[in-house]
Amino acid sequence: MYGLALFKGLGVTMKNLVSPGRMFTVHQYPDRKIGLMGLARMNGQNPLTFTFRQPAEAMKALVGLASVRDRQYQHPRFRGEEFSWYENRCTGCASCAKYCPLGIIKIVTDPAKTDLQEGDKYFLEVFDIDIGRCMFCGLCVEACPYDALHMGSGFEEGRYSRAELVIDKAKLVASPKRPSHWFRPQLAARDAYNPLEGDEADSHDVHRHEKPSLSQQRSRWGQR
Amino acid sequence: MTIKTEPVTINLGPQHPSTHGVFRLRVTFDGEVVLDVEPVFGYLHRGSEKLAESRTYVQIVTLTDRMDYIASMSNNLAYVRAVEKLAGIDVPERAQYIRVISAELQRIASHMMATGFLLNDLGAFATPLMYCFRERERILDLFEMLCGARITLSYMRPGGLLQDAPPDFWPALDRVVKDLPASIDELEQLITGNEIVLTRTRNVGTLTAEQAIDNSVSGPMLRAAGVQWDLRKADPYEVYDRLEFDVPIGADGDNFDRYVVRIQEMRESVRIIEQCVRQMPEGGPVRSPAPFFIRAPEGDAYSAVEGPKGELGFYIVSDGGIAPYRCKVRAPSFINLTPLREMLVGGKMGDLITTFGSVDIVLGEVDR
Repeated sequence: MYGLALFKGLGVTMKNLVSPGRMFTVHQYPDRKIGLMGLARMNGQNPLTFTFRQPAEAMKALVGLASVRDRQYQHPRFRGEEFSWYENRCTGCASCAKYCPLGIIKIVTDPAKTDLQEGDKYFLEVFDIDIGRCMFCGLCVEACPYDALHMGSGFEEGRYSRAELVIDKAKLVASPKRPSHWFRPQLAARDAYNPLEGDEADSHDVHRHEKPSLSQQRSRWGQR
Repeated sequence: MTIKTEPVTINLGPQHPSTHGVFRLRVTFDGEVVLDVEPVFGYLHRGSEKLAESRTYVQIVTLTDRMDYIASMSNNLAYVRAVEKLAGIDVPERAQYIRVISAELQRIASHMMATGFLLNDLGAFATPLMYCFRERERILDLFEMLCGARITLSYMRPGGLLQDAPPDFWPALDRVVKDLPASIDELEQLITGNEIVLTRTRNVGTLTAEQAIDNSVSGPMLRAAGVQWDLRKADPYEVYDRLEFDVPIGADGDNFDRYVVRIQEMRESVRIIEQCVRQMPEGGPVRSPAPFFIRAPEGDAYSAVEGPKGELGFYIVSDGGIAPYRCKVRAPSFINLTPLREMLVGGKMGDLITTFGSVDIVLGEVDR
């Protein structure tokens, strides 16, 4: 019969309209509307208790004005638009600057200011990343031999002017230390750490290389 | 009384929403009938080939993401294979399997997009497109697990992959692969038998096998014309020679056949992924020790893969330095546009966009 397939197609649409798992293709961001039941469940109370304790919130939820922050699924390996940088791990070797396809990392180091008693670490004067031109390919993070630079996990990095998009050393020091698992298998191996929740990772936790023991060093020398 | 008529030339694009990007068509109409078509492109030209000459071999991977930006994985694969051929780098077996899995996932995602937009061009506004995007979204989630990004992936490196897939990738892949055939069935139920779609796409934009070969068309467009040509079969790369799959072909080479070939290719891709997961070695390295600053020996290499849109090839000339001397891309979208005039002239105005959409081009790749 001519036109039968049209109804078959409409059947598919109807199925998608009502079946719970397939109803929404678009999610609300950053806030999601929430009803009274959901709001009460989020607060760990039953709806009646919640209405009694917080009548204003309950009324808002009832008329459909209440909303909660919603976050989409994001894998810990997500390559976010911010960098986590650990100053005490960075030696100023500028590998990241060399690996960057766009050349937007600027590093100025001064060996004169180094306290030679401490070791051969450069003093970092300038560390600028021009986020406005960055394409977040992550090659700088891949290059870092000391695991000082990591991709972050945030993505809400909008700014009002281009000048604000250049992040300098002070901003990098102050940035949240939530490195992504991207190219850092040692972070994924740690069960407790997730960039999206929980505590920030401090500089001791992000290392890739264990310090070899003396016997390991000797055996390695022997192999040479 | 006679009415004086004359052909009218109309600019379609470059800012027209249904040209799939910044593409301009100068079309001459006689009433409803297309008399002549002149494609004008280059609006998205970013000089990727020239930029590649001042980048190292690994840095160019990020440029290839931005050519065909809805099939980045295939672009990465084609590029790194050319570099590996040039520099003589071996790839670990596990890396080859993950490469094939991700390339096939990308093929499904790209064909989903092509199908959705074809239907959008036909006037089935947004509903089939959203169904296709829903499936594509799940594949993009998988890519996010693999490499942290969804569109500009940069997942492959000369010598293997960036890093191994995380442990939670495999159950997620299983779920997606298990659900995909049902989703494709649903899509077919919605579209394939639909009389309106059949009337609008059957015998429209026909491209015969001879015309297709003359214009060196490749990919689903060539197979829809009835030519059995697939680089995965004809010149197996990676591990395709160990996998069992069919190459679907069409009969007439019209818009409907292109759609059907794409749908069937998605089913074949699902088969390939299932086999890969079964055959894949457990553990092992995914990246052979290749330096960041690869110094390829003097010479040239051409390597092509079967991308979602056709034969995607990279031709790289090296002068022994850390950057290629020349990097030429054989972009399937660009070459598949060649027979546009044969397909469009003589057709109706309403079929113009449909035929154009069925070619499945990405302007990032046409202009590079």
